[in-house]
Amino acid sequence: MIDDKWDWPMENREFWDASERGILLVKRCIDCEKPHYYPRLICPHCGSHSTQWTESCGKGRLYSYSFFRRANPPQILAYVTLAEGITLLTEIIDSDYEKLAINDEVEVKFRVDPDGRYIPVFVLVK
Amino acid sequence: MTAYIAGIYEHPTRFAPDKSVSALHAEVASGALKDAGLSLRDIDGYFCAGDAPGIGPMSMVEYLGIHPRYVDSTDIGGGSPIAQVAEAARAIDEGKCDIALITLAGRPRAEGQSPATLTRFREYPENEFELHFSPALVSRYAMCAQRHMHEYGTTSEQLAWIRVAASHHAQHNPNALHRNPVSVNDVISSPLISDPLHRLDCCVVSDGGGAVIVVREEIARSLKQPLVSLKGAGVALGYKLGVPFDITASVGIESGSAAYLEAGVSPSDIRYLSTYDSFTITVLMAIEDLGFCSKGAGGQFVSDGSLISGNGSLAVNTDGGGLCNNHPAHRGGITKIIEAVRQLRGEAHPAVQLPDLALAMVHGTGGTLDQRQGCATIILERE
Repeated sequence: MIDDKWDWPMENREFWDASERGILLVKRCIDCEKPHYYPRLICPHCGSHSTQWTESCGKGRLYSYSFFRRANPPQILAYVTLAEGITLLTEIIDSDYEKLAINDEVEVKFRVDPDGRYIPVFVLVK
Repeated sequence: MTAYIAGIYEHPTRFAPDKSVSALHAEVASGALKDAGLSLRDIDGYFCAGDAPGIGPMSMVEYLGIHPRYVDSTDIGGGSPIAQVAEAARAIDEGKCDIALITLAGRPRAEGQSPATLTRFREYPENEFELHFSPALVSRYAMCAQRHMHEYGTTSEQLAWIRVAASHHAQHNPNALHRNPVSVNDVISSPLISDPLHRLDCCVVSDGGGAVIVVREEIARSLKQPLVSLKGAGVALGYKLGVPFDITASVGIESGSAAYLEAGVSPSDIRYLSTYDSFTITVLMAIEDLGFCSKGAGGQFVSDGSLISGNGSLAVNTDGGGLCNNHPAHRGGITKIIEAVRQLRGEAHPAVQLPDLALAMVHGTGGTLDQRQGCATIILERE
């Protein structure tokens, strides 16, 4: 559980609680209906303060990626465009860099961060 | 907007273990004042950004012992000094100051500071969703390169030509950190740092800095240096909201358009460009975004040594740029202005000097190319 040591702002707590249950949430504006990323209290498209969390199907496509060889372990940093239309910064895990290609289909997994949060990362859909 | 660049100075050091950051700021200030024929007492406007120690300009104003009537420390990343030339001109226009000093300095090499650590602050709102990936700057720029390659067929060899041109220029710069000319093969066979970017696609880490003096027209005419005036400027901030998403273009499109419009010139009028070169891809995208070729044609434009002075329609970074010469404080803005002024004065190294140059463009891309970024463009004219 993350309750005792939570020291990130409370405004996105629902996102992290859902992540812990294996669900990726996307922030969407109630007024202009556009999604945005990273999640925030106001809609950066129209300025509305009426935003809501919606469930992502967790599937998307690889928009771009890079392979940082010096990281330990080496890191595939990536942008993934979700089926819901937004693109987020993430990592591709359990995949061979040489076998990746832009537009590959990927799906979300969660990795536990040292601070207790479940971090959305992606794997190739076989 | 009428103002003149009357003084420039680039610190010769690239490694400063024995000097404080504030001392480096003071040394570059003295150098630029001497170049202009002015003294610290003449300064009534002061501009710096996040590399200056202390809160905004306050500590440096005290350290230098100056009493500016006007200060500004707006930070848009490494291109800040380029935006500040325009800010200084505006302040001069409004009568808020007459003689403005812009300084940039730092010692990341002596401090062993990696550019990867630059944005690791929890308080940044994006970092609740990014910090856990520890995204290295080079990996972010590498993703831009990867996508550019995918969309437009850009190749590692084409990116390598940007480094080749920089190294060709740097061999004539006695202060440059890397003076050996390199080949395309040298670049693509250097170790991959973050695929698809190699070690030689990345700029240097160096200590030092530079300063620029911007003055009112009457003062410029009373001083000794050739007259270099600001003809147009543009500043633009960019960010991504997740939708739509495109990391193959920067807001240099906007800062560049504004500068062309104000100056009343077009890309075909520009023969010299100082442009931010944190990585080779930064240059390639800027050349497209500034309209020197169409989007996606950058790879072809930079190939075959065309950026080397005298070879093609556009010479780029004739001091060797950040890729080979200098990138003090992880910020490339001030050195870009300085080399453009050298070119306009006819003071660049004879091997790289463009003959009878009347116009030069200076462009900066600060922040990160894939996300939040600050671009500044100025067009300078030799009278």
